[in-house]
Amino acid sequence: MITLNNIHKSYVMGSSKLHVLKGIDLDIEQGEFVSIMGSSGSGKSTLLNILGMLDNYDDGSYHLDNRLIADMSEKKAAQLRNEMVGFVFQSFNLISFKNAMENVALPLYYKGVNRKKRNAIAMEYLEKLGLAPWASHMPNEMSGGQKQRVAIARALISQPKIILADEPTGALDTTTSYEVMEILKEINEAGITVIIVTHEHDIAAMTQKVVRLKDGRIDEIIRNGELKAFRHTYTKELETA
Amino acid sequence: MLDLDLWKEILSALKQNRMRSFMTAFGVFWGIFMLIIMSGAGRALENGVLDGVKAFATNSAFFWTERTSIPYEGFQRGRRWIYDNQDIEYIRQNVKEIEYLSPRLFGWQQGGDNTVRGERTGSFNIFGDYPDYFKIDGWTPVKGRLMNEIDVRQKRKVCVIGERVEEMMFAKDEDPIGQYLKISGVYFQVVGVIHPETRINIGGGKKEETIIIPFSTMQTAYNYGDEIHFFSVTANKGTSVSELEEKLKRILKERHKIAPDDMQAIGSFNIEAEFKKFSALFFGIQALTWIVGIGTLMAGVIGVSNIMLVIIKERTQEIGIQRAIGATPGKIMLHIIAESVFLTVMAGYIGLSLGVGLLEVLNQILLAAGDEVFFRNPEVNLTMALSALAVLVFSGAFAGFIPARRAIKIKPIDALRDEG
Repeated sequence: MITLNNIHKSYVMGSSKLHVLKGIDLDIEQGEFVSIMGSSGSGKSTLLNILGMLDNYDDGSYHLDNRLIADMSEKKAAQLRNEMVGFVFQSFNLISFKNAMENVALPLYYKGVNRKKRNAIAMEYLEKLGLAPWASHMPNEMSGGQKQRVAIARALISQPKIILADEPTGALDTTTSYEVMEILKEINEAGITVIIVTHEHDIAAMTQKVVRLKDGRIDEIIRNGELKAFRHTYTKELETA
Repeated sequence: MLDLDLWKEILSALKQNRMRSFMTAFGVFWGIFMLIIMSGAGRALENGVLDGVKAFATNSAFFWTERTSIPYEGFQRGRRWIYDNQDIEYIRQNVKEIEYLSPRLFGWQQGGDNTVRGERTGSFNIFGDYPDYFKIDGWTPVKGRLMNEIDVRQKRKVCVIGERVEEMMFAKDEDPIGQYLKISGVYFQVVGVIHPETRINIGGGKKEETIIIPFSTMQTAYNYGDEIHFFSVTANKGTSVSELEEKLKRILKERHKIAPDDMQAIGSFNIEAEFKKFSALFFGIQALTWIVGIGTLMAGVIGVSNIMLVIIKERTQEIGIQRAIGATPGKIMLHIIAESVFLTVMAGYIGLSLGVGLLEVLNQILLAAGDEVFFRNPEVNLTMALSALAVLVFSGAFAGFIPARRAIKIKPIDALRDEG
């Protein structure tokens, strides 16, 4: 599904150059539930952005669904994003002047689906996430968990192959976080690849594979069975900090 | 493309910042308002002035005589001379570029009252004219008729009088037609009361205080012999009246033994040249109007552009979301330009309406003020309105273009990170 080969990325900050990703090799199979962890500045968001075609990389190669993602025009990238990827953000990023249903329907708007049809589809997805009664509410009338569920519905509506979530639980309390993770798990069980960026170990522990980044390189990849050990390491890190 | 969702977005974006939208729109509103008002005022001045001359043949020239200024063929300088019937005959025969030719005699208002009717007396401008004169300087009969060819041929003792003459020589309820006026000792029957269509005045005096009698009658009745004081010509279509003027001057100088280089002996005046000056003046006024108007509008447009930049800065995150979930750069750009055009056109439309409305009110006031104002029909024509609209749409798009470019240059990732 996703094949990253020696990905490099640096940002120019004024006169100095910041080398963020220093050669990432990563394979993610269809249907995997992956979390990317790392301290801030380790390049995890950058990696997610490259995966989501929100940003381009300097060197290496990125194959998505056997297609090389490189040097795409913005238009092409936008279309591909719309087709392949659903985004979920930490701050939900709902459009403030659109109600829940309209927010969910938005990706279909960019696909050119007519209003009636896309609103009907949006309602279906809201129902799936138990938000049907909130369809006509504006984002500022909803709780954080509800907003994130709307955002997830929005990410799902274009039937993507991958869901990319950047700190999806970062702004939520523990109970709501677990609810959201539960939803993501269900999505994953339906066959969609889910990749989340997080720095919360308990959240990461719910995924099948944890990719730990350190200084722009993959430090370790912890698979399902090794999660216990991982949790142990993590706690130790916390103690020393 | 421009569907309901787009409109909803635009309206909600503008609604979120009512005050700012209003202030921005005001710049454009003011620009177009000024443009309309100034253009209307300029047009009104033009109409007012041209209205005073519109019935005047623009291809006409006028000739009179002055003293010679150069000695020639035995004549000393300072000689008085005058046109005669043979000149007119010769010109009629030999100059084919002439459309109308109308000689005139002036009966000067010497020694006070020259017109008597019973107890009433008055001092008026008496002219001997041909009917062709009315084709050069337009008059319309208010009562009765104009003078005609037969009057001239039969040397009838008839006259047409200006409205002021009627007022002074006749009682209010009296019909002047068929009545007689004694003009410098000779009785003339009034056949018409005439109203001047132009304010161009040849021969001095007020046009309303004019009495016109047949040229032939005047020559005979007042012993002018074959003298002619003055004549007017109009040029055929396709002939420049300025050229005709020069040609006639050459002929007349030759016939009257006047030095060819004598610039003073023949007095002449050519309306074409005057009209050109007028046209240039009004063109200048219109051009100035547009320059100032567009300038003001530009200030407004720059305001819109500026505010759009701010809006985009504020909406960076929103644009980022839209792009993350699949909005193409073209779509984002269209959206921003549409918003800018909408704001500009709405503001412009209001400015346009108010401007036109104000001009209409002004027009009504001017109409009530009557005939004597050199300022009338402040109007905005369709072309003007359409070009203003075109300017608005264009400037709206222009105002949106730079911010839109800025918006699509933002990478979605930066936009999303903008949250802080």
